Amino acid sequence: MSPHAPNNLTALHGPTALHLGVDLTDAGAHPAAWRTSGSQAARLFDVDRLVALVATAQRGRLDFVAFDDGFSLQPHERGVRGRLDAALVASRLAPRSAGIGLVATVDTTHTEPFHVSKALATIDHVSSGRAAWQVAWSTEQAAASAFGRKAPRDAADAIEQADEAADVVGRLWDSWEDDAEIRDVATGRFVDRDKLHHVDYEGIRFAVKGPSITPRPPQGRPPVVVRADEDGEIELAGRRADVVRVHARTLEEARDKRTQVHDAARAAGRDPRDVIVLVDVFVVLAQQEAAAESRLWLLQDLEGVEWQTDSLTHVGTPAALAETVAQWVNAGAVDGFHVRPASLSTDLDLFVDEVVPALQEAGLFRTEYPGSTLRDTLGLHRPANVYAAATA
Amino acid sequence: MARKQIHLGVHFPGVNNTTVWTEPDSGSQIDFASFEHLARRAEDAKLDFFFLAEGLRLREHKGAIHDLDVVGRPDTLPLLAALAAVTDRIGLAGTINTTFNEPWDLARQFATLDVLSGGRAAWNLVTSSDAFTGENFRRGGYLPYAERYARAGEVVDVARALWDSWDDDAVAADADAGQFLRPGSVRPVDHHGAHVDAEGTFTTPRGPQGHPVLFQAGDSADGRDFAAATADVVFSMHSTFDAGRTFYDDVKGRLATYGRSRDSLKILPATTVVLGDTADEAAERARIIRRQQVSPQTAIAFLEQVWGVDLTAYDAEGPLPDVEPDVDGANITRGRVRHIKDPRPVVAQWRELAAAHGWSIRELVIQVTSRGGFVGTAAQVADEIDRYVQEDASDGFILVPHLTPHGLDDVLDTVVPLLQERGSFRTEYSGTTLRDHLGLAHPDLARGLRPAAVAG
Repeated sequence: MSPHAPNNLTALHGPTALHLGVDLTDAGAHPAAWRTSGSQAARLFDVDRLVALVATAQRGRLDFVAFDDGFSLQPHERGVRGRLDAALVASRLAPRSAGIGLVATVDTTHTEPFHVSKALATIDHVSSGRAAWQVAWSTEQAAASAFGRKAPRDAADAIEQADEAADVVGRLWDSWEDDAEIRDVATGRFVDRDKLHHVDYEGIRFAVKGPSITPRPPQGRPPVVVRADEDGEIELAGRRADVVRVHARTLEEARDKRTQVHDAARAAGRDPRDVIVLVDVFVVLAQQEAAAESRLWLLQDLEGVEWQTDSLTHVGTPAALAETVAQWVNAGAVDGFHVRPASLSTDLDLFVDEVVPALQEAGLFRTEYPGSTLRDTLGLHRPANVYAAATA
Repeated sequence: MARKQIHLGVHFPGVNNTTVWTEPDSGSQIDFASFEHLARRAEDAKLDFFFLAEGLRLREHKGAIHDLDVVGRPDTLPLLAALAAVTDRIGLAGTINTTFNEPWDLARQFATLDVLSGGRAAWNLVTSSDAFTGENFRRGGYLPYAERYARAGEVVDVARALWDSWDDDAVAADADAGQFLRPGSVRPVDHHGAHVDAEGTFTTPRGPQGHPVLFQAGDSADGRDFAAATADVVFSMHSTFDAGRTFYDDVKGRLATYGRSRDSLKILPATTVVLGDTADEAAERARIIRRQQVSPQTAIAFLEQVWGVDLTAYDAEGPLPDVEPDVDGANITRGRVRHIKDPRPVVAQWRELAAAHGWSIRELVIQVTSRGGFVGTAAQVADEIDRYVQEDASDGFILVPHLTPHGLDDVLDTVVPLLQERGSFRTEYSGTTLRDHLGLAHPDLARGLRPAAVAG
């Protein structure tokens, strides 16, 4: 028996059942993470730092790395301030990585669905099928002021718009059938125009003619990620999401959220098995539990106030975290976790080098990527083209 | 005195009939490998930049999507960001339309590209008032033609204000003091203009270049003034020697009005190169390429744009149509600017030309759409490129290949070394940023400020 695999770590579902993503935003999830030694805070926007983090996540065969984004500067004066455009970061990281998915957060409140569609399609092309889109929306005054002329939206309105945007973005991805390019020398035709489709979208908030200027992405449709806790968010996730991030502090709460998401998917006419539910887990790791607690105290001390997390929070050993992961997955409460390392410079390495091997040795987590695309890794089929289906 | 240095960029083959897709070795227009090949080969040859164009609506002809040319392209900025991963020095330039984008979003995307590429970003600014393209966007085709440069100017002003709102050294990461940003080094922007409102504290660190290099391509008097006031590079279509010199003098002559030196704006015409071991062989290759670019179907479609009516019943290898053009058929092709207001004089002139030379429809189209370009041996082409630059018909060229992705391999392998031997083109990069390659000052230096002295 490996030291990584205690007796109570067993697999009930096999290694394809567990999905693990990791959030690479800022210096980590804790606001004071950038102030710890080794955080490389001065290199926060240095792409080589990000390349190294992606390589670490890829070494652990994690499903994806994710980058948060937003149009306003982080308000927290003592935290990290400043952001790079997440879609461009994901694209920059694509050519020198393999296997790992790249999740970019892109807003729907202040952007054009046509631009969002081709941006995500392009990340999918340059990564050979490893892009995903975390659908975001904005209700802040600061973001509205940055673009002018639009009053801030309330959450319900912003979510409805996100729903429309996700709908039209998906249609634009489908607006090129996979075999639209024919290069038929005899007739002089490069494309079969019958396989290019005007989407003719007439929504409440915008109209988009189409087709896209970018051929259909390798995954057909890059997976859509939605953070969902409130009712409106869960309905949106049920309609549009392939991966749903929920917040839950207990196994029971996670199970309940997952059931809600499944119900929402069913209500939208979808098979709940096509929706992967991940729980956000904040982690502070060390080889001894007391050392992990010391690390958290140090962070608290720097910050001056207690760390407020809104989901499962693990302060302890990698082995104990592996047990929790196994327990929640085996109980059927979740499909996996969205890992939020308190400090990227410390907790990501420990997660990949200690937690992942324990899960692998227990037969719970993959040791190789099953295919080349993120959909392969997530076990999601490549979606049929809505327009091809309509004309078939 | 040192020789005037040539600046060269490569243009990824475009979405138009210049790009020949019927050759067996014509590669993918969308696979990343095609873009990587051209960018890396150009970087091996020490070129200034890679260039990617944009078009935000698929063209339509006779009410259906135009299917004769290559179609489909990536999104400009994510593609350039990906190229930053596989290159180290070459500039990364792309077209982005000001009409269908907001400066807050654009400024953060270009700042991000500049950060991610170590200072290699360039923005080819284009404007549009085209309601056809506007149908893809929530704002639609609301912008009157006369206001497109007014909006573009305001978009650039706001973008530059946003880039300047972060000092170069704003990120202090002072862990002891708990200050990630240096106090006073990031300042709010508050702009309320005719076309743009942008208010708040910008999100993204300033790139190594301060401002990405700004390209501009407009050729009207308004466009030329805009370039003289605002741009770092003019993407020109005047690729013949005489037209090039006239344009060069005109645009450089406008710079003084804006308090700028003649060196602060580079004029780079787009051009093509066809090589052969002998001049005759090159000419024969050029003739074959022109026939590939103008297929029989393309020739008929081109005529239909002028005639404004369906001409598919005519044989492209036969004489010009005897029907008269439809004066009101101006919109038979959409998504491409139609320069002809009244087709009748054009048709009359073409009939005369075709009769005088015995040209078929296809031959006529080949002749009237020919844009020149350099045809000859490598030595002849190197001579000509150098002459244009030394005699101020241009500051260099943007090379447009006809094949994806290998279309410029021969030029990079044979013509560039000859230019290097003459001392007219760099043999190594002397700097790391595109501003360095083009000999353009950092914007703070251009304003007489040292970067470190731009205090809050």
